[in-house]
Amino acid sequence: MNRTQRIAAAAVSSLVVGVLAAGCGGSGDEGSDGPVTLRVNLFGQFGYKDLYKQFEAEHPGVKIVETAEGDLGKYNTKLSQQIAANASAGDVVAIEEGQTVNFLQTADKFVNLQDQGFAEIKDDYLPFVADATTTVDGKTTIGLGTDVGGLAMCYRRDLFEKAGLPTDREEVAKLWPTWEDFIATGEKFQAGIGDDKVHFVDAATNTYNSILMQGGDETYFDRDNKLVVESNPAVKNAWDLANQMIEAKLTAKLVAFSDEWNAGFKNGSFATVACPAWMTGYIKGQAGDALAGKWDIATVPGGGGNWGGSWLAVPKSSKHQKEAVELIQFLSGKTGQLGAFKSEGRLPSLPALYDTPELKDAKNPYFNDAPTGQLFVAGAKNLKPVYLGAKNVPVRDAFENVLRSVENGQRSEGDGWKEAVKAAQKAAK
Amino acid sequence: MTVRTQDSGARTRPPAGTGAGPVRRRPLRLRDRLTKAEAKVAPYAFVSPFFIVFAIFGLFPLLYTLWVSLHDWSLLAGDQGFVGLANYRELMQDSDFWRALTNTIGIFVVATIPQLILATVLAQVLNGKLRARTFWRMGVLLPNVTSVAAVGIIFGLIFARDYGIVNWALGHVGVEPINWRGERWSSWLAISVMVDWRWTGYNALILLASLQAVPKELYEAARIDGASAWRQFWSITVPMLRPTIIFVSIVATIGGIQLFTEPLLFGSGVNAIAGGSTGQFQTVAMYLVQQAFTGQRFGYASTVAWVLFILIAVFAVINVALLRRIKSVD
Repeated sequence: MNRTQRIAAAAVSSLVVGVLAAGCGGSGDEGSDGPVTLRVNLFGQFGYKDLYKQFEAEHPGVKIVETAEGDLGKYNTKLSQQIAANASAGDVVAIEEGQTVNFLQTADKFVNLQDQGFAEIKDDYLPFVADATTTVDGKTTIGLGTDVGGLAMCYRRDLFEKAGLPTDREEVAKLWPTWEDFIATGEKFQAGIGDDKVHFVDAATNTYNSILMQGGDETYFDRDNKLVVESNPAVKNAWDLANQMIEAKLTAKLVAFSDEWNAGFKNGSFATVACPAWMTGYIKGQAGDALAGKWDIATVPGGGGNWGGSWLAVPKSSKHQKEAVELIQFLSGKTGQLGAFKSEGRLPSLPALYDTPELKDAKNPYFNDAPTGQLFVAGAKNLKPVYLGAKNVPVRDAFENVLRSVENGQRSEGDGWKEAVKAAQKAAK
Repeated sequence: MTVRTQDSGARTRPPAGTGAGPVRRRPLRLRDRLTKAEAKVAPYAFVSPFFIVFAIFGLFPLLYTLWVSLHDWSLLAGDQGFVGLANYRELMQDSDFWRALTNTIGIFVVATIPQLILATVLAQVLNGKLRARTFWRMGVLLPNVTSVAAVGIIFGLIFARDYGIVNWALGHVGVEPINWRGERWSSWLAISVMVDWRWTGYNALILLASLQAVPKELYEAARIDGASAWRQFWSITVPMLRPTIIFVSIVATIGGIQLFTEPLLFGSGVNAIAGGSTGQFQTVAMYLVQQAFTGQRFGYASTVAWVLFILIAVFAVINVALLRRIKSVD
């Protein structure tokens, strides 16, 4: 073997060793004394940019890098993988409402915030917000609440006017104290607009979910994680109302967050959309400046409700747990929640903020100066804690999908219910 | 997965025993012994990276998946106990799995057959006399280097129900707008177009490379004998291309049965992994991911993965058996 061969052999073996080392070892990270980079893993827009700057200024040597995934499904998949593998989830992660019970199954993979003074701040949050990320035995808390959904109803003033309906938000709210009234209004709208490309609501599923979450306490599962779709009247009630909407042809049959749904905000495919506080930022982004002042916000039928809401947690795989916990305490504290409300319209989960002038007097110019603070606070005050089982997401997905098939005319309503129950049983396995 | 269709025959032999045998018999020094050992070991060291990497990232996950598939295994909560073949029994009776399998094979047939025919024709054209030949040859590869996500979004918009360009064009000839995502046939068709758009050029280039290796004398001889262009194509081109056609169709089979990204991107929005409201375009790979990450059933998803693996093997064998019937030149 000559010299060149020997060098090549050495190169090959060092490559092999390198590959092995990379496969087994952790990533080389900086010690806790040097500069600290906190990786924050979020979905959608939380509006934290200015807050990061403030935190960095108060904590010299800390740098914050945020990654935000636009697709919640993709985000949840990735986060599940990372938490299951106990690696590379970042230093701070956001947990969405539907996933809290899920991640409580692996509470040991998150920093227990009860060791970090959670008891002192617990009562500052809406009660269900503090409970949602605490294990059943009450010993472990994995996340701090940021925002809550606080449901309202967004509507297009110009389309309402065209259909001969009132446009003023007080009067619009009077049109629909209940969901039955909402459907009746929809029929009037559809008759008035006389255009089969414009529908009253975006999709049956979003309305269905809003109604279901108003039912309170339980949805698909009871607190023993037993599937109760057939015995819980709230599920059937929401299903029936959604089907009345489908029958009256009020829905634009769009899949939420799809490209066509997004385009629908701009093209005027639908006149109303169930609207939690965080949705205001989304609508503005999708509908664009051309429609400023054409969207408005009224109260939701049935009085209040919830859709979404988030918690921040620190995975145990984080190398900078101390700084990360400080960061989530800051972001979920008063300054952080107010900042997120200002930049993205996210409704705080700290009731103490509801009476502050920042919220009380808040108006959103894009939505025709709607008093967003008051509207969403009204929705949040009526919030009832809802227990979602560990398998909530697969069951909800299955139910929604069957509802969509009824909406698309692929199944009759009666078949749909039977199929939905069957699909739920399968998804709950 | 790589498939070797041909053995080049150029096996490397360890360079041991080179030179005439030594006459002097003095005890081997350490240095000599090392050199000798090195000569024996070195060839294996050179080929080892592939096998080591394969063992870590290929073989181990494969066997581990088998192990997981024999358990009730929750993604986050972990192992819930050994269940033997229960997952496999459940899968055999799972109507959603069979539906996904039908979709996968359906899309595969609708997509792959026209794609291979088109690729062969395209290769033939690119092999002929063309102006700016390199431009066209590079051009057919462009769809393949485009990001799949971009392809998915663009085609999603092209086949959109409300503002899609296809429905707009159909509207001009009096066809009612089609809900492309709503029906089985229409979603299969749309996804097949996406797949073909991406892969036809790639396959054409591989076929082109092998076309260029066909000796010109064969065609000359055939022409002298008075064979038509069609006859030349069937009696010379296709037989000469046989190994390449086998390679291309096996790769297409593997890709087709693992089809995931295109249908996922086609159904945008929440719960896209369900592949439509009645699962009309959910493929087996999508069903696998849905079970693992939405359903949190890691054990069951591993079962799907193994069945998928077996299916690919079976299809590859059928493929080879069918394509062997193409007459070979030798």
